[in-house]
Amino acid sequence: MSPKRSALTLALLLTATLAACGKSAAPTGTAATGELLVKIGSVAPLTGPQAHLGKDNENGARLAIEDANAKSISIAGQKVHFELVSEDDQADPKTATIVAQKLMDDKVNGVIGHLNSGTSIPASRIYHDLGIPQISPSATAIAYTAQNFNTAFRVMANDGQQGKALGDFAASNLSAKKIAVIDDRTAYGQGLADEFIKAAKAGGATIVAQEYTSDKAVDFTAVLTSIKGKQPDLVFFGGMDPQGVPLVKQLKALGLNAKFMMGDGGFTPKLIELAGAAAEGVYASLPGVPLAQAPAGKDFTQRYEARFKQPIQQYAPYCYDAVNVMIAAMQRADSADPAKYLPELAKTNHDGVTAKIAFDAKGDLTGGAVTLYQVQQGKWQPVLTMGGAAK
Amino acid sequence: MEILLQQILNGLVQGSVYALVALGYTMVYGILGLINFAHGEVLMVGAMVALSVMLKLIAAGLAAPLVLLFGLLVAILVCMALGYSIERVAYRPLRNAPRLAPLITAIGISIVLQNLAMIFWGREYRAFPALLPNGTHTLGGAVINDTQLIIIFVSLLVMAGLLLLVHRTRLGRAMRAVAENPAAAQLMGVDTNRVISVTFMLGSALAAVAGLMVSANYGIVHYYMGFILGLKAFTAAVLGGIGNLRGAMLGGVLLGLIESLGAGYIGGLTGGFLGSNYQDVFAFFVLIAVLVLRPSGLLGERVAERA
Repeated sequence: MSPKRSALTLALLLTATLAACGKSAAPTGTAATGELLVKIGSVAPLTGPQAHLGKDNENGARLAIEDANAKSISIAGQKVHFELVSEDDQADPKTATIVAQKLMDDKVNGVIGHLNSGTSIPASRIYHDLGIPQISPSATAIAYTAQNFNTAFRVMANDGQQGKALGDFAASNLSAKKIAVIDDRTAYGQGLADEFIKAAKAGGATIVAQEYTSDKAVDFTAVLTSIKGKQPDLVFFGGMDPQGVPLVKQLKALGLNAKFMMGDGGFTPKLIELAGAAAEGVYASLPGVPLAQAPAGKDFTQRYEARFKQPIQQYAPYCYDAVNVMIAAMQRADSADPAKYLPELAKTNHDGVTAKIAFDAKGDLTGGAVTLYQVQQGKWQPVLTMGGAAK
Repeated sequence: MEILLQQILNGLVQGSVYALVALGYTMVYGILGLINFAHGEVLMVGAMVALSVMLKLIAAGLAAPLVLLFGLLVAILVCMALGYSIERVAYRPLRNAPRLAPLITAIGISIVLQNLAMIFWGREYRAFPALLPNGTHTLGGAVINDTQLIIIFVSLLVMAGLLLLVHRTRLGRAMRAVAENPAAAQLMGVDTNRVISVTFMLGSALAAVAGLMVSANYGIVHYYMGFILGLKAFTAAVLGGIGNLRGAMLGGVLLGLIESLGAGYIGGLTGGFLGSNYQDVFAFFVLIAVLVLRPSGLLGERVAERA
């Protein structure tokens, strides 16, 4: 190997290594003498198609950790230094269990995550086995808390609540008679679509087509063409915005005259930015009341944007709340020991940015409200808030 | 009927994209017997570079056709340089190593490129400016737009150009000679290293073109976009007979049609027993069936086996 070439190879290798361990190379905040180090894990897809959402989650958690450190909290007479341990699960269930194990080896005191239902569910077993509390900001699949793990919580309404709201809204408020449903075959998309179908049918609508795709696809013309033949007046997609954008664009391009609706996976500024004119009129939902209407919402939005120089994508406020709920439980228990603060966590009654957070016996949010939004003149506008005291 | 026509058009557009990418795989395989798994990432880099250049030029107030032209040119040049460097860094030192070694470096390069692109262009989905004409035409009830027509046309043009190059020019003859027997070709005065470099640069230029077409069609770019596309195109190349230019084209179009018709009709044909979630299964089932009956793909293998 000539010296020139080996230098080039070396440079390339170095870049690769740097790229690979960029995040672990961050300085670990070793607690100074007398300080108690409390590690909180955050897991979300930081690479892959949902990387933008994952980073948003991490940012939300980071903001809460920075706030907590600024407040100089003491537990059991010791000043606490909180540290965020951020991991990437690539939205992949298999990777999720690996990073979950990694966090356990790293002895974190609690976990915020994961972003997806498909990753939260397999990881929750690992956390449960070791008694580590887990709060998912955004996993909405019913199955997540149906396992009856006392360590699994979430700060967002589940798909039962959300799918029902969406289905009711489609059948009653939009009086859709013929509905086509597409889902991305993930635990989230599939679960939401199932609940949506149940509610829509109960509301008197007929499901004329049920089609499937994946969470990596970009071309939906075949499925949409087949749906077009059934002439639905509403198309529902259970999935995330990377698929929602090309889906709605192709739907319009094929001349399919139907309303388009998604769950919380579609409620992002990216959807409007990328789908442009095609996004106009799209419906989506988000558990909780609109952030702008919540008292603490405006302040959070401003601080987030000032800190990270980008708009909130989606779940950052939920992550922020999740971290605060966890830290509050530690303070009440006067201990960061998972076994000691877990009972306190279950008794949470916290005024969060997104909602008043209290858990039921399963770890689900009690009385989760769901708000429906529509894109009007290039902006998400709240249309209707449903539920809130129900369930 | 119009549904069937629309499905066939969908399949043709998708298939042409697969074909365009598959040509890049097949060219490299034809010469080196190497599967260049980084090809999809070269495509992604092409799309990203084109995006950056185009955004700059749009901001400078240039007319749309010029923006497109410059974007494409810069993307092609960058991709050619990238293709050349990849070959020099990751494949040439392993030319005589066991076959698995360059396969692993190919996957490595693919991961490196993905991560570099993520750092460089961010992990966000980004909108690709709609500069290609986008008027729609109705054809017996089916809809097709100008961008899609351009995709089909460009991939036909590129294939014709490649066939001419390989069979009618001096460089093409050298390429075929290297494919047949690199050692003998070198003895006959062919600069094999140069021919291989040129092949990589050509393949990468094709990837840049494909990257621009795909991005213009879907209107979004993302650092991850090359991966799935590369996988599908590789499948198409194998289906048609990897190493064979006509095969790549045929395999691409066929795969597009199978996917589109499969997704569209599989549910109806099986009475709802299998849904459109089986479209990939269906496509790969056809691939397996073809490979069982014709192990070297539909149009056979490279012209000659390596000595």
